[in-house]
Amino acid sequence: MKDATRIELGRRYRFAASHRLHSSQFSEEENSRVYGKCSNPFGHGHNYVVEVSLSGEVDPATGMIANLADLDSFVEHQIIEPFDHRYLNEEVAAFHETVPTTENLCIEIFRRLQSFPKAKLERVRIQETANNSFEYAGDNQLEPEGNRP
Amino acid sequence: MVLLTRKIEFSAAHFYHNPEFSPEENRRVFGKCNNPHGHGHNYTLEVTVAGEPDPGTGMVLDLKELKEILEREVMQRMDHRHLNYEVPELAGQIPTCENIARVIWNLLEPKIHQGKLHRVRLYESPDLYADCYRNGSRPL
Repeated sequence: MKDATRIELGRRYRFAASHRLHSSQFSEEENSRVYGKCSNPFGHGHNYVVEVSLSGEVDPATGMIANLADLDSFVEHQIIEPFDHRYLNEEVAAFHETVPTTENLCIEIFRRLQSFPKAKLERVRIQETANNSFEYAGDNQLEPEGNRP
Repeated sequence: MVLLTRKIEFSAAHFYHNPEFSPEENRRVFGKCNNPHGHGHNYTLEVTVAGEPDPGTGMVLDLKELKEILEREVMQRMDHRHLNYEVPELAGQIPTCENIARVIWNLLEPKIHQGKLHRVRLYESPDLYADCYRNGSRPL
């Protein structure tokens, strides 16, 4: 029975941060054409919701893929503390050269969480607003294998 | 292929305790979820079925039938129950989101005859959920 199913754990986190979409490769006109009001030099902010998906064996002793207290403190340390109430362009080294679109934010957060030692990171999904969301799975499948009809 | 999802909500009590752990270990591993008096959640269950719409009815499966299956298999077993004591399928297991999702999958899977059960997602709170899938191999 154990091999008939596959379990993933999903956990949501929140942080608020500001950013500006602006590329040094583009002229000012190109920046405002490509990024529109997201290129406003003073920046703007979002309440980001980050959904983290993990897979692994459910430990029969605990009933868990990973202890939530371990996951929460890892995410707190890797993501919340360095990102929450920050200006991403200036205060997160990864975005000094890379435009902090939510696509790139997904990739950076995936990279930071990949070393979680207790379970396998499957996917990161970020809601930038209630209407926009982005997903990144590195080399994993975006859709779980067992999920394919 | 079309995916169809139905959502239901139920409320239940539980606590986490492994009799093979010492009291200190139980508290360390399970934190406040170890409180022997139990606590409760409003669970949200999303059940997704995959299939081709029947040309005659336009349906993957009759939602009324799915609703009855969910009522019988999940609501009657789990709604307003204590998951540690009143659900035999969970006996001997810690009633975490992961384990409850798998128990629900195993209850529903044999009952769905039109389409195939695709995913069971169980939310314990808006910020915590477990997904259960068929552990299929990748199509060649």
